[in-house]
Amino acid sequence: MTFIDHSLSVPSPHSITDPALAGKTNTMVLNMGPHHPSTHGVLRLVVELDGETVVNVAPDVGFLHTGIEKNMEFKTYQQAVVMTDRTDYLAPLSNNLSYVLAVEKLMGVEIPERPTVARVLLVELQRISSHLVWLSSHALDLAAMSVFLYGFREREQILDIFEMVSGARMMTSYFRVGGLAYDLPSDFLPTVKALLDIMPSRIDEYESLLTNNIIWQERTMGVGAIDSAAAIQYGLTGPGLRATGVAWDLRKDMPYCGYETYDFNVPIAKNGDIYDRYLVRMAEMRESVSIARQAWQRLTDMGPGVFQTSNRKVAPPPKSEITHSMESLIHHFKLWTEGFKPPRGDALAAIESPRGELATYIVSDGGPKPYRVHMRAPSFINLQSLPHMAKGQLMADLVALIASLDPVLGEVDR
Amino acid sequence: MGIETKAGDMGVVTTSLETMVNWGRTNAMWPLLFGLACCAIEMMGAQGSNYDLSRFGMEINRASPRQADLIIVAGRVSRKMAPVIRRLYDQMSNPKWVIAMGDCASCGGVFNNYAIVQGVDEVIPVDVYVAGCPPRPEALIDGIMQLHSKVERMKLDGSLRERAPIHV
Amino acid sequence: MDNATVIERLQAEFGDKIGPVSSMLSGEATINVPREQIVAVAQFLRDDSALAYNFLENLCGVDYLGRQPRFEVVYHLLSHANRHRVCLKVGITEKDIHVPTLTGLWQTANYQEREAYDMFGIIFDGHPALERILMPDDWSGFPQRKDVPLGYEEVAFSNTEAQISARKPFAEE
Repeated sequence: MTFIDHSLSVPSPHSITDPALAGKTNTMVLNMGPHHPSTHGVLRLVVELDGETVVNVAPDVGFLHTGIEKNMEFKTYQQAVVMTDRTDYLAPLSNNLSYVLAVEKLMGVEIPERPTVARVLLVELQRISSHLVWLSSHALDLAAMSVFLYGFREREQILDIFEMVSGARMMTSYFRVGGLAYDLPSDFLPTVKALLDIMPSRIDEYESLLTNNIIWQERTMGVGAIDSAAAIQYGLTGPGLRATGVAWDLRKDMPYCGYETYDFNVPIAKNGDIYDRYLVRMAEMRESVSIARQAWQRLTDMGPGVFQTSNRKVAPPPKSEITHSMESLIHHFKLWTEGFKPPRGDALAAIESPRGELATYIVSDGGPKPYRVHMRAPSFINLQSLPHMAKGQLMADLVALIASLDPVLGEVDR
Repeated sequence: MGIETKAGDMGVVTTSLETMVNWGRTNAMWPLLFGLACCAIEMMGAQGSNYDLSRFGMEINRASPRQADLIIVAGRVSRKMAPVIRRLYDQMSNPKWVIAMGDCASCGGVFNNYAIVQGVDEVIPVDVYVAGCPPRPEALIDGIMQLHSKVERMKLDGSLRERAPIHV
Repeated sequence: MDNATVIERLQAEFGDKIGPVSSMLSGEATINVPREQIVAVAQFLRDDSALAYNFLENLCGVDYLGRQPRFEVVYHLLSHANRHRVCLKVGITEKDIHVPTLTGLWQTANYQEREAYDMFGIIFDGHPALERILMPDDWSGFPQRKDVPLGYEEVAFSNTEAQISARKPFAEE
């Protein structure tokens, strides 16, 4: 049996601190976090240093563990959508989508075209807003504060759109099992068009600040490189994997929500260092604008219509129907008191979130509440590649590395 | 009446020491760079240019607790994180204030389970609770302004804080 | 690549050493594997040039309280070349809660097995550093097991608020 060398394995904090406490003295063990300016949330790193060079680093996670998976077992399927918003809090709509697709596979529900296209449009806007936060905080960590202010300017416009459709800027819970929560408002399409028209020029602006900036290049080129074989070993997905040259994007390779009908490219890079991950994400923002534009065109051509499935056992009937249809009243009653009950079995739905492959695995025991929900969180898994990328780098590069991996601690710890 | 005409000429204003000190404390309150979860992103949004926090003197977040006056607990506090928060709070020098931002910091929020401390007031005493999940940047600014009005009411009699918390 | 081909190849290779075959409601083939065979099966699926399941997508534990075997470790393997996913399930009992580790085949199993250990108490033999990852180091118990309660606090309404606040451990200065 061929086994990979265990010295490549992901260290745990104790595997670094225990030998140090036992008297191994040639390296210095430093604690970074959980409260630190640059750790993107409450991430603790135990760093073993030889002078300024990182010999080994072990992430210590769990400071934001919320028990979301267990908590979802005590809520009905529709109520549990609210909990999924709060895992990857930079892309709540992506989490909603992954969970909702899994439940829809469990129930065997077909979603009509209009809500599916609306889902694609909103998820791509969510991707842009998530990448803007990544860009802003990455630049802020490397002391380019203007980019933070510029990025949040566009993000406010996107959040205004989310507030327009759902009432909440961030934790929208807008995707429900069966379609959308409410219908799209009348000024949704013009507002989205206005945003999509200015977005490419804004992305050009960010690129003009950073891409050919000599300081940015010196800090990111050649730093933290990982090759594609190691990336697949460590389970790295998303822009990190595409920066190593593997053209794997779930939207293209295992499409969902009709992505096979949209025309877009998957940007990849060669070296797998921080600069390449930056380039891949910037190119992804442009691709998202293009997909969103196509979805916008389809929504405009379709005109007004339904926003959820007509299967009344899953999605509630409109209030106007309840007053004169006994069946609708009974469906409403059953949905609100008990919730729908999927058949026994399990299902997995994987989507391409801004951080990588986000999969939700649900086990149903035939009751109205999920028996087990597990979220395969990309940030949690991507974090395992950090020690490999950080070996031999300087301490300051570690900050840039974490930013380029783009972990969201809510997703890491759930 | 008499004193204002005299003061206007000479450029001298009289006030009480308390007012002066409290004015200084409110107008340049430096928050500790402390974001835990989703509320931290709204806090960052509040610091961005749309809802500018630097008009309250808060554009710099101090990373070291010894240099910060205010800790905005933005996000859910897990059991593993609670001792860390207590340690940071103890390291801050007086006078210090606490804003519990969001539902999770105020009362545990959506997460009523084994892993989340049901309100950061079980760990550190709180001055202002800002409700919301996450609270809009405007709600956070309202909380900050309420905190400022609370600080302006503080007395210089040895007790450093006005105790009763404010719910926004 | 489709489910029938994978199952056929696996049955040709392992015969009756692997257990019943079913399918997930989302369409993936599910193969129940006894724990002694899991490393061999996973390695076969990874190294075979036609099957080529080169990516371990998901590894999690499930607690089926009241069923024998009680715990189950679920693996989802993904083939980039064939764009196909397959599911493997290993059932283990509470008394003998050990499973061989897959960290020798994929480093990505490291954190996921640590999480399954932390949440369910499933011990992965051969794991380089099987410690708690999400809960504090001194936590006792395995929170996601079905016989462990959620641990919630009573919700306060206006008529009960005073009593509940009296019991709550508010912090001092």
